[in-house]
Amino acid sequence: MTDIVASRAALTARLVDGDGTTPREQRQAAFAGARLAGPLDALLDKVRLAATRVTDADVAAAKAAGLSEDQLFELVIAAAVGQATTQYESARAALAAATAGD
Amino acid sequence: MRLAILDRGHSLGTKLLFAVIGAMTRQPVPELIKLLRYRPDFFGDPMKVVTHEAMRGPSAWSVADRELMAAVVSRVNACEFCIGAHTATSTRAYGDAGKVAAVLADPANAPVEQPLRATLAMLAKLTREQAVDAGDMRAVLAAGASPRQVEDALAVAFAFNVINRLADSFAFAVPGPKALDSAAKFLLARGYR
Repeated sequence: MTDIVASRAALTARLVDGDGTTPREQRQAAFAGARLAGPLDALLDKVRLAATRVTDADVAAAKAAGLSEDQLFELVIAAAVGQATTQYESARAALAAATAGD
Repeated sequence: MRLAILDRGHSLGTKLLFAVIGAMTRQPVPELIKLLRYRPDFFGDPMKVVTHEAMRGPSAWSVADRELMAAVVSRVNACEFCIGAHTATSTRAYGDAGKVAAVLADPANAPVEQPLRATLAMLAKLTREQAVDAGDMRAVLAAGASPRQVEDALAVAFAFNVINRLADSFAFAVPGPKALDSAAKFLLARGYR
């Protein structure tokens, strides 16, 4: 079987614990789906649950609130990987429950 | 592309590489490549390792099956960039355009083996609802997929639930049919590294 345990952990560690142009706490919050201040909150909500509805105006509003493009690059990626991680962990827990006792 | 840095913020070496790729393929550099090559230590490099393992690592699923899973996940997320790329890649890998088109048009009656059909349905639900439960998994196992196959399918869904979101959040331009065919050939020859 394929094995993404180590590579997925490395990806997450780089995104949330490594250096960046955003504070680690902010990247961790984006990854975890926690609420953030200002227009960034609405933007990252769309990234997580309705990415096709992200608009130029959403990005412009986040920039107007003081975020640079590099900061948006980091936070959008953290939100996307965080949401995919939430799904993945839900599914792996469901599989473990379905196979318990086998 | 919604962020200018992803279009033209790359290092000089990467810009030169893009010029070479553009000249050789006579196609624009796919915008996913531009994303993966921007500050690659942050996301592109670690993500490529995950995606290559999920899509090309040892698995009871064929490469064609995994490309089909990528297409189905992308379809649920309505990600045009990824639907196009993985429809083209799974079609080429199966050597059967009708099969992939039929699966995407009517997944419940997909002309594939039962374990794959049940797995695709579970991945679609996970992608649409953000979660699945033990009952959903029991249905997939009862259809004949092994727990390892389920794990491998979840790895594919993880990778594409990331990429789909980024493709639409950053507004990747959707390639035309010729570019999609070149991308499919490249992905089957070289994978995702």
